Amino acid sequence: MSFPLLTATALAPAIGAVATAAVPAARRTVAKWLALGFSLVTLGFALAVLLRFDTGAGADRFQLTESHWWIRDFGMRYELGVDGVGVALIALTAVLIPFLIGAGWNDADPVEGEAPANRRWRPTQGFFALILLVEAMVIMSFAATDVFLFYVFFEAMLIPMYFLIGGFGDRAGSGDEEGQARQRTYAAVKFLLYNLVGGLVMLAAVIGLFVATADQLPEGTFSLRAILEARASGDLEFAQSTERWLFLGFFLAFAIKAPLWPLHTWLPNAMGESTAPVAVLITAVVDKVGTFAMLRFCLGLFPEASHWATPVVLTLALVSIVYGALLAIGQRDMKRLIAYASISHFGFIVLGIFAMTSQGQGGATLYMINHGIATAALMLVAGFLISRRGSRIIADYGGVQKTAPVLAGTFLIGGLATLSLPGTGPFVSEFLVLVGTFSRYQVAGIVASSGIVLAALYVLILYQRTMTGPVKAGLEKLPDLRVRELAVVAPLIALVVFLGVYPRPLTDIVNPAVEHTLSDVDRQDPAPQVPAEADSGHEAGAEHE
Amino acid sequence: MESLIALLIAAPLLGAALLLVGGRRLDRVGHWLGTLLAAVSFVLAVVLFFDLLGREAEDRTLSQHLFSWVPVADFQADVAFQLDQLSMTFVLLITGVGTLIHLYSVGYMEHDERRRRFFGYLNLFLAAMLLLVLADNYLLLYVGWEGVGLASYLLIGFWQHKPSAATAAKKAFVVNRVGDVGLSIAIFLMFTTFGSFAFDTVLPNATGTSEATLTGIGLMLLLAACGKSAQVPLQSWLGDAMEGPTSVSALIHAATMVTAGVYLVTRSADVFNAAPNAQTVVITVGAVTLLFGAIVGCAKDDIKKALAGSTMSQIGYMMLAAGLGPLGYAFAIMHLVTHGFFKAGLFLGAGSVMHGMNDEVDMRRYGGLRKHMPITFATFGLAYLAIIGFPYLSGFFSKDEIIYAGFSKGGGQGWLLGGVMLLGAALTAYYMTRIMLLTFFGEKRWQPDANGHEPHPHESPLSMTVPMMVLAVGSVAAGFLFNLGSSFEHWLEPVTGIAHGDSPVSHGMVSIAATGVMVIGVAGAWFQYGRRPVPVVAPTGNLLTRAARRDLLQDDFNHAVLVQPGNYLTRGLVYVDHKGVDGVVNGTAAAFGGLSGRLRRVQNGFARSYAVSMFGGVVLLVAATLLMRAV
Repeated sequence: MSFPLLTATALAPAIGAVATAAVPAARRTVAKWLALGFSLVTLGFALAVLLRFDTGAGADRFQLTESHWWIRDFGMRYELGVDGVGVALIALTAVLIPFLIGAGWNDADPVEGEAPANRRWRPTQGFFALILLVEAMVIMSFAATDVFLFYVFFEAMLIPMYFLIGGFGDRAGSGDEEGQARQRTYAAVKFLLYNLVGGLVMLAAVIGLFVATADQLPEGTFSLRAILEARASGDLEFAQSTERWLFLGFFLAFAIKAPLWPLHTWLPNAMGESTAPVAVLITAVVDKVGTFAMLRFCLGLFPEASHWATPVVLTLALVSIVYGALLAIGQRDMKRLIAYASISHFGFIVLGIFAMTSQGQGGATLYMINHGIATAALMLVAGFLISRRGSRIIADYGGVQKTAPVLAGTFLIGGLATLSLPGTGPFVSEFLVLVGTFSRYQVAGIVASSGIVLAALYVLILYQRTMTGPVKAGLEKLPDLRVRELAVVAPLIALVVFLGVYPRPLTDIVNPAVEHTLSDVDRQDPAPQVPAEADSGHEAGAEHE
Repeated sequence: MESLIALLIAAPLLGAALLLVGGRRLDRVGHWLGTLLAAVSFVLAVVLFFDLLGREAEDRTLSQHLFSWVPVADFQADVAFQLDQLSMTFVLLITGVGTLIHLYSVGYMEHDERRRRFFGYLNLFLAAMLLLVLADNYLLLYVGWEGVGLASYLLIGFWQHKPSAATAAKKAFVVNRVGDVGLSIAIFLMFTTFGSFAFDTVLPNATGTSEATLTGIGLMLLLAACGKSAQVPLQSWLGDAMEGPTSVSALIHAATMVTAGVYLVTRSADVFNAAPNAQTVVITVGAVTLLFGAIVGCAKDDIKKALAGSTMSQIGYMMLAAGLGPLGYAFAIMHLVTHGFFKAGLFLGAGSVMHGMNDEVDMRRYGGLRKHMPITFATFGLAYLAIIGFPYLSGFFSKDEIIYAGFSKGGGQGWLLGGVMLLGAALTAYYMTRIMLLTFFGEKRWQPDANGHEPHPHESPLSMTVPMMVLAVGSVAAGFLFNLGSSFEHWLEPVTGIAHGDSPVSHGMVSIAATGVMVIGVAGAWFQYGRRPVPVVAPTGNLLTRAARRDLLQDDFNHAVLVQPGNYLTRGLVYVDHKGVDGVVNGTAAAFGGLSGRLRRVQNGFARSYAVSMFGGVVLLVAATLLMRAV
């Protein structure tokens, strides 16, 4: 038996969480370094996954598989395995977490002068332990190929997230301390309720899936691979109405997590009230489980229902794109602005997934990665800025570029990546999503293109109001980025540019997975009107020059 | 030779990276480093040019494939370059004028503490612009297209502490993005039609494709061109872009970037040739813009904004010519090059005047400057003669050719186009003479500024005047050289094709008419501004004058039709999102069994509630499974 690499990748941060939580109250710094160390070990494992993953032609769809019985009587298996999409998202998670830990280095320190309630009070340890715990659960969600196993981690990650949102604010909200605590609690509760409702509906659907498979197969199963095989061989065929109900049950949970209009309203609260690293954790990592699961479970398990639901899903995605962007333009709080921008971007991701073309789904997967990195860069710099002034309100800033040019410069690059400037990763993914959508649904592609203009508006308005103009009173001595902060942001920026110039490493991994998914749903890319028969050799020929 | 193409782009890109990331260590040498790398690029361009000249006309295309950029199934985007006669012309213009303007900026930006960053942005612009004209496919072109937009944004807003500059920069970027949507959709259409967006697939296959599709592609490309080239209806950003340093206005907003739209149309010649309806729209846009810009140029007292109006108008000529198809492509590009010389020269001259006048831009506060700035006067004067089409200077050749091509369109259309362009020529002579007279002739009208400093007009340093002199020589000679044996036409012919229509009027007649209207325009301006003293405060003027001063109400229109409703919409949606969507979803959730409501009430017991629901879920699961087994 080979080394269980995926288990190790998920286990490393889990052990790290326990170890970090166990550090004594007075040794905060030890806890921080311990957490960073474990996140780096996780990154090491994730890179090993990346390297071990075979992208060659004829390679297995799911690789690095592990399979054991978990609860034999209920058909639940401990089954892991990754396709290209899973690999890319595990890598994204493992890359981002060390930066989030670095960015939140001092975010959970006890406020000075505030006497701890008792000597065992360890907020710093708790903060980093919870982040690592979320990382472990997210990685398990990306790696699980047993639907029930996936469900367990999909739901369980709500608990640490709830405490991260409710327990650690950015101390920059409006109102007094008590009011802030109330807003935070509200945000955390709202997050929990929305996701819990989705989760419970999904649980019913998960059980329904088992029942439906038990009907036709010798034994009921939760195994994605087993179900895919059974479908391919014709042993398993859901009744139309069953499939559609099951699809809806799954989709609702994922559409809340991703989140899609009109189920999005928990996100601005959650991202606004939590600290910047937690906000990034929500939008860049945790929410990606939702879009990932749409691609893997909704399309993979319920292809017919996916076709059936496509018009509605595309409409919701388009509304999200435009609505999120317009709301972002209207925001006065910069973290909420970024949250609404994310809603717009999730619209693009869902659009790409349900366009059911190679470019759409490949672009959507790249979008998940690029959005994660770009939003992390923008949000973390915003967090650094907010921590300096103690306010999230855009109008409290102005002229920052004069006093803190490096901060302003990195903020601008993060913003430009968010508006999908060519040369940055998000451009590649957004263009692929749009072209992939357009090739099947022209009108949807054109409507979504309006996002190109709207994104420029919300990003540049934000930059103009905070960074340009005369220096706002109280900001004259604003310090520029510190070494730790620059060390967090600079690599993210380098990565976002690299993926814009040379996305090949990603596309090579993702393309085969997308082909499999498209064959699951039995769709082919639309052929061009004018088949370029004379030039068919062109692209291939160019390769050899 | 091919491998030099990438170096052409790499040199300024390296400069941008070094200057922007290098930090203060490079403050002392940054400007020279930037200028040097621009010059390196120019030298490479010259080498490549002579290489092309040494080949047969049909053989003058070099291509270089660097790497496969975005391969996703049939979507194959490469980073690959193509250098042909059209690209080569642009490359020489961009690197040549670009290097001169780098040199000029050394002096012009001398007192700016952020000069290193300025040169970083200029280098970034050069790299992006070269990428734009050298790309061998539309997606890579798009990268350069938005890259120059970024450089333009950064440079318009270079003095970010001024709110007006920051606003102008944002406006330029956003308006351009509207155009970029057009380019995006054009590429989508190409991909769905041809399965590719590489020039060598799309263009040869254009003929024989459905005309409706080609019209769609053409109109979307035109939308992009309108954004970048400040053509009606996306013209409103260019005047405000004058907030940037003047050398930026010269390079980006006169000589090179704003002409990218003309490049795009000319590059896509095969698409437009097969889509006559799209061509008609191109012609209309060009004709409207050439009058629009000229009228605005007549009314502005700000020297840079007057020149900006002129730029719009001249690009209108180019766009119109490009809309004429093979009749006009070569002359559109020829005018683009000569315009690059004289308009860059005019802007640099304006910058030199401002440099000596404490950055005053109001021409009504100039007057009689020819005695104080003889070199600026002479170089500006030569560029002036070139733009108004003074016989045998460069503008005379290129503009007359376009007017002649307009007549050659034939029929009523030909007369209409010819007439509009002659009217535009008269207006050109009028507004340029007005600028000339207000600035260099008459009595001095400058006064001490608010701090009591009276300007002491003086000639600019050599680093500034030498580029002006070189451009002046170009303004004078370029047209004549290009026309030696129709050399320029023949140079471009393999790319753009050439056609001759039946003009109802002869070449000579057009020249005579154009010279005639020029004299009328000059005389009109002289009667108004040369014969009698100029009031320092502008008279109220008639309705048209007042509208023209407000850019023919373009901003009022956009504000009323787009900005204001947009503001209401976003504000309304913010309210609805907060009250409505949130409320409805919460309410629906509450209605379903009151789960959320009950949970909300027990605010402190969440972990417990959660545990209960998880437990409930598991019980449900177990029960269901057992039940199923029992059945």
